[in-house]
Amino acid sequence: MESFLLQLFIFLASAAIAVPIAKKLGLGSVLGYLIAGIVIGPFGLSLIADLEEVMHFTEFGVVMMLFLVGLELKPSLLWQMRTPILGMGGMQVVLSSVIISGIALIFLPWQQAVAVGLTLSLSSTAIVLQTLREKGLMRTSSGRSIFSVLLFQDLAVIPMLAVLPFLATIAIHDDGHSEAALFNISALPEYMQIIVTLLAILSIFFIGKYASRPIFRTIAATRVREIFVAAALALVVGISILMTAVGLSPALGTFLAGVVLAGSEYRHELESDIEPFKGLLLGVFFISIGASLNFTLIGEEIMLIAGLTAGLIGFKWLVLVSTGSFFKMEKKDRSLFAVALAQGGEFAFVLFQFSRTNGVLPDQTIEPLISAVAISMFLTPLMFLVYEKFSTRAQGDDASRRTSDTIDHTGHKVILAGFGRLGTDLGRFLISAGIKPVILDYDADNVDILRKFGFEVYYGDITRLDLLEAAGAAEAELLVIAIGDVDKSRKLIELAGKHYPHLKIAVNAYDRASAHELMDMGITQIRRETFGSALALGQDALKLLGFDPYEAHKLMRIFRKKDEEMMPELHKMHHEGEDSYISMYQKHNEDLEKLMMLDLNLNIEEIDKAWTAANPEK
Amino acid sequence: MKKILIIFAHPARTRSKINSALRAAVEGLENVTINDLYANYPDFLIDIKREQSLCEEHDVIIFQHPFYWYSPPSIVKEWLDLVLEHGWAYGSKGKALEGKLFLQAISAGGDDSTYQKDGCNIFTIRELTSPYCAMANLCNMNWLPPFTVLGIHQGLSEEEVEFHAKEYRRMVTALRDDRLDIEKAKQGQYLNSDLDSIIRGT
Repeated sequence: MESFLLQLFIFLASAAIAVPIAKKLGLGSVLGYLIAGIVIGPFGLSLIADLEEVMHFTEFGVVMMLFLVGLELKPSLLWQMRTPILGMGGMQVVLSSVIISGIALIFLPWQQAVAVGLTLSLSSTAIVLQTLREKGLMRTSSGRSIFSVLLFQDLAVIPMLAVLPFLATIAIHDDGHSEAALFNISALPEYMQIIVTLLAILSIFFIGKYASRPIFRTIAATRVREIFVAAALALVVGISILMTAVGLSPALGTFLAGVVLAGSEYRHELESDIEPFKGLLLGVFFISIGASLNFTLIGEEIMLIAGLTAGLIGFKWLVLVSTGSFFKMEKKDRSLFAVALAQGGEFAFVLFQFSRTNGVLPDQTIEPLISAVAISMFLTPLMFLVYEKFSTRAQGDDASRRTSDTIDHTGHKVILAGFGRLGTDLGRFLISAGIKPVILDYDADNVDILRKFGFEVYYGDITRLDLLEAAGAAEAELLVIAIGDVDKSRKLIELAGKHYPHLKIAVNAYDRASAHELMDMGITQIRRETFGSALALGQDALKLLGFDPYEAHKLMRIFRKKDEEMMPELHKMHHEGEDSYISMYQKHNEDLEKLMMLDLNLNIEEIDKAWTAANPEK
Repeated sequence: MKKILIIFAHPARTRSKINSALRAAVEGLENVTINDLYANYPDFLIDIKREQSLCEEHDVIIFQHPFYWYSPPSIVKEWLDLVLEHGWAYGSKGKALEGKLFLQAISAGGDDSTYQKDGCNIFTIRELTSPYCAMANLCNMNWLPPFTVLGIHQGLSEEEVEFHAKEYRRMVTALRDDRLDIEKAKQGQYLNSDLDSIIRGT
């Protein structure tokens, strides 16, 4: 236990030191983790005990990441992306495999060459997605192409795992450590295997589509946050186990579950609950990659490994550039596409390990290749940096085009906090104006009903930073706060001001006092909740009393204007001691009466002057 | 019997003696509809469909309004801009208003002498209302000279107001009952220059 805690401490502490430094230097978090790994690894301070175990465990971070990726992809969107996924992804994987196998054929028997080709065609989902997200490129067109290819690769791992055993040429010396995958199901007859596999996938759809909603609703109703976290984790872990049991990739399974849940109102909640776990696991995973770099081997075989790395990146680059031009990507998009995907991936570690245990590849082939893959992964964040240097230099006009592209794909530019009495009509109004806000509400039943009417409403407490993040505050332009509790509003405004200073804010105030509290915070767009209806009713009243409708309308507007003009003055008084405020308020009420009288007379006079027949000269 | 639509526009109706009197004189007449723009659309959000079907249902369209800065009050311009759509009011397929009679009923501050070439307003009422004549022409409507009450800045006596109100009622009733000599009316400066000469029977 103590040693576990010590290990944990070493990982966490090294990450906590290395990542901020790397970020400060503009290197991105992935590179920070990798460097931390080298420092604490066997060739640095030698602080890690069981590296392989750690790596194996933290691979789960990739599974979680794909769940999160799935959450952001509605099935309809996935269907839209079928061409890039199958086309670009297929072309990249097939071409890379063929070319790398062809070159390997010079040195290796064909079975081994094919195994190496397949394994090295894959890129690093973990590093690339993390980097794309950090740089905000996920929703650009090149980001989507990159993602499509990665997705296809994740799918391609499954047939690869199935094919590799047939390429075995070496007698297997069983080291008592059998692969978990394919174990349980292979005992069944073949048709049963297919049925069981289909059932497993169907059950994911069923759970995601029908069972999850009532379960999450019940849990949400308890308002105990950690239970929701527990349920979310259980969902991801459970699906992974199920997928592993039927011999499918757990990453694929959770990705599917994510896609099914993408339309759910609990999406943002799930996202913000899983996110920290994924982040930590992936971080430790990257550290272990850094630590796994075998510097002794690299030192001894420096020329070979350098050649392998350069060859790997070079040929994949060529394939990617030609894939890009085949699919008519723009030049700039094409270079990002190639930079992003030219490395080897973490699945290579898995597949090499699998090849070793199945007697496909010998150790002396695997070792230098693993080093080359790790180095290529290490180089990826650096290549992104180089790309950025060049593209910002060459960009100019393109910059504006890219931002509009991002906005276009994001769709959501407005976050609406609160969908109660006020928020409902506000939300309807915005939607009618073609603005689709991300709506957040803390009442699960409310959310449920509203979703039936086609509103995009999510369950969650908006005053939590992670949920604000998940709702897209970083990309949003405007935050509309329609909650009655002024303390909550203030908390939310503070949070938004601290973390998203670019966010414009419009807020409702329960009453005049809350409006002053909000004005204290420097908010200018404040509407008192009942003021609009009061004036509208007042206008109705005047009409019913026989006032000319146009005059009633004008009186209402004049009143509103006077009241708005009075607010800052009242607010100033508010600061000069409570007593004077109250008396001033009373005074203002009297003033208001006078004002209204004056107003009425003035208005009549004005109308008389402008709109009736009195000739001033006469 | 013709159906008459009076499109009434006054931003401060309760304080307008002459326009209230004119309106009161025709209010409630059979086949006469009064459509008060400022009352119906205090926020200027004009219901285009409603206005168009009102026009379609009537044979005579009268714009009754005071003359501010040589124009009707602003809502009338808004009405024209929104309601007279291409393909409805004008254009090769815009035949909705074809053949309808159109006229303005105007009250203005200056007297007749001010609305002359050498008067302080330089132009005549006929010249100043020429955009409406052009509008009627483009919409294939049958334009009539304006029913005009002038000199109200001098203050009209009760008798004068009553006289104009009666004349207005006479004119509207004659139009409705087809007793108005349209061709002869077109020759006059104002529609009410000499009502007796253009109205047949009683």
